[in-house]
Amino acid sequence: MDFRSSEPPSGPSLADALPETTTAAVKVVIVGGFGVGKTTLVGSVSEIRPLTTEETMTQAGVGIDDTAGVERKSSTTVAMDFGRISINEELVLYLFGTPGQERFWFLWRGLFEGALGAVVLVDTRRLEVSFDVIGRLEERGVPFVVAVNSFPGAPEHPLEELRAALDLPGSVPIVVCDARRRDSSRDVLMTLMRYLHSLAVTPEAS
Amino acid sequence: MSDPGHRSGAGHDWEDGSPERLYVITGGRSGSLASGELDLVTLIVARSAPRAGMQPEHAAIMRMCRAPLSVAEISAYLSLPVSVVTVLVGDLLAGGDVLARAPVARAQLPDLALIEAVIDGLQKL
Repeated sequence: MDFRSSEPPSGPSLADALPETTTAAVKVVIVGGFGVGKTTLVGSVSEIRPLTTEETMTQAGVGIDDTAGVERKSSTTVAMDFGRISINEELVLYLFGTPGQERFWFLWRGLFEGALGAVVLVDTRRLEVSFDVIGRLEERGVPFVVAVNSFPGAPEHPLEELRAALDLPGSVPIVVCDARRRDSSRDVLMTLMRYLHSLAVTPEAS
Repeated sequence: MSDPGHRSGAGHDWEDGSPERLYVITGGRSGSLASGELDLVTLIVARSAPRAGMQPEHAAIMRMCRAPLSVAEISAYLSLPVSVVTVLVGDLLAGGDVLARAPVARAQLPDLALIEAVIDGLQKL
């Protein structure tokens, strides 16, 4: 076997190929701190093994709103894991996990553009990342739900206590999940979709 | 004798992801999702088999896009940053070698029928 053949990476296996009838894609973003279980959640509901796409800070620009610092050639690579769920013959849903820390917000521009909504995945042992994320999503007008990943041994808080701690509006759903379980992760996505549905049916009074 | 942890890209003599390699692949151009028409989930479909003499990365994209494939997946399979992939896919689009199926973007408010379709699909999981 010649592993150094000039054949470039071949792409998805036949089993992972989308049907030819797929005409449209939508995306949902899973956002949270490191180790909170974003990739676990994506992996438990994805029909393909989660893939990784990378972006470098140099190309996206380190300065969020000006060009200061662009000439500094830092080349930090940030990886985003993502998965896929075929909804029907025409429609496919992509799930992107992205870190919530402020220094990675440069990734968000392309990511949230056109996204249906977001899931803020929360670890009760580290709530502080979630504060910033929630504020930022509200600023950007991205609809989101909050999912608390239940880690064994993590302190259990009543959801309403967490809602208060996160300063979350009463209309935003908050649920507990086990990101390792497919049905639980699926329910998180359902919660988001039902919330989006409610927003579409009864738009906030202006 | 192969290193299973190392997936060599089309230019396997280059260190994966080195700025020099990326520069050569795109001819120094850089793309941005924010400025372009391509989204992470824009589906790309090849209109034909790759032509002889194509740049290896272009040919690889055309091969893997025999069935629809998102920009994000192309980036993952090629081990190239999205900003590089958008440039390469842009070349192929300009040349009429591939077609792009634009994503369904969220408008001011989510589209009810779209949300209902996703709910139906998730229920079947």
